[in-house]
Amino acid sequence: MKKISALDRILLLATVLLAAYQIAGGMNGMEPLTIWFYTVSFGTLLVAGLLLIILGFEGLEIQAVVIVSTLIPLSLSLGLISEHLVEYTIPYLIICVVGFTAIVITRFSVTDRIATIILAVVHGIAGLIIFLLPIFLSIRGAMPAGFALVGLGAAVIGLGGLLLAFLKAGQPILSQKTILTLLPALIFLMTAAFVSGLSFS
Amino acid sequence: MENKKQIFKQIKSKYFPLIKSLQTGLLLITGLAGYMSARCPVLNISTLLALTGSLLLSISGSTALNMWYDRDIDAKMPRTSNRPLSTGETKPREALIFGLFLSVIGISWALVLDPLYGVVVFAGLFFDVVVYTIWLKRRTAWSIVWGGISGGMPVLAGRVLGVGHIDWVGIALAMAVLFWIPTHILTFSLRYHEDYQAANIPTFPSVYNNQTTRLIIAVSSVLTALAMGLAAYGVGMTWGFLRLMAVLSIGLLALAVRSLTLPSERITFGLFKYASLYMLSSMLLLFAAGF
Repeated sequence: MKKISALDRILLLATVLLAAYQIAGGMNGMEPLTIWFYTVSFGTLLVAGLLLIILGFEGLEIQAVVIVSTLIPLSLSLGLISEHLVEYTIPYLIICVVGFTAIVITRFSVTDRIATIILAVVHGIAGLIIFLLPIFLSIRGAMPAGFALVGLGAAVIGLGGLLLAFLKAGQPILSQKTILTLLPALIFLMTAAFVSGLSFS
Repeated sequence: MENKKQIFKQIKSKYFPLIKSLQTGLLLITGLAGYMSARCPVLNISTLLALTGSLLLSISGSTALNMWYDRDIDAKMPRTSNRPLSTGETKPREALIFGLFLSVIGISWALVLDPLYGVVVFAGLFFDVVVYTIWLKRRTAWSIVWGGISGGMPVLAGRVLGVGHIDWVGIALAMAVLFWIPTHILTFSLRYHEDYQAANIPTFPSVYNNQTTRLIIAVSSVLTALAMGLAAYGVGMTWGFLRLMAVLSIGLLALAVRSLTLPSERITFGLFKYASLYMLSSMLLLFAAGF
């Protein structure tokens, strides 16, 4: 496993600080429910960033990482839905709870193949919402153009997710070392895009 | 010029390691955060500087005195055997004089600044050096409670200097540090269990067992988070800061529970580091809330 470098740590620290800013001061004026959804998302990102700084990339080997990291797209997409498609909040919340529960159960009880399919479906739904909804709202003029940066953030981390997924499936597009070299930068860019995009909310 | 360089080099190698700069720095930050939590003194730069100076000297002094007293056990533990007192680079008499000098100057400065503040700073030094190190450390694993009480004194002292009296917020802040100390020290004693055994120091892993130690770590993490949350609320932190503190606390609890249920060397180390970062971040938030 690649050793974490000083630059990786700096990028992750910047990510942690951006997430902290978003939680502490970046959600003024939003509805309480939306604030809590975003808090879960950026809070998970913050704690995950700190743990990566402390434990290095070996921390990614902890089984719970897969489960906990699901909270980031799920709660971020929930925040977007509760902010912009209020009437769909409860149905989508139910989908998220079911999806998250399915990921937890399949991680421990069924084959890797089924667990991976469930994971891909849940991440896919949440990822598409984070990618498409801000861009759609910006194009329609319902939100300022800068809000589309949230979608860009989703695209960035989607790329990282794809690289990791192919690596795990045994058909790597890039080597593990290259992916881990890129990962802190991708996480930072994603967070920066999310935070700047949400500032237009 | 060459002579000056030589003196600086000597101070760096003989005396600087005696004050455990990271630990002293963290305790100093708690004191500053306690002071800033009073929400007004940021304009009073001279008091802030005096607080920094007196606390830095007092904490450094008590740490040097601890190092002086514990030099025999430090020499027995691989982790600490290269400290200047263990290697003989610093003579015990030099360390004692250095520790006493810093302590006397620090406490005197604190007493002149504000008598009640000075008393609290002195209490911290007394509990740390006399009660924890000299009296209890070699006798009982529970000595860490007194270590925790002394660790809570800088934040209480800072708060006392800020508000002029001992209030419940100051007590809650001190309790947060008190409960944090077991998380910090016990994860350390789990990691360096054999070192402590070699030096015949009773620790929770040796007196009880690793699982009981992890349970205590988890419980103290919960109590740290509760005390810190209570103090933050009492200080009047905004909801944004409170949310951020809640996130950091949940991270601490999650790691403590993980360490309890699926223990591993990596998680123990992660918890140790995270607990330090947690305390630092919480104190910086209190500091920021003062602006």
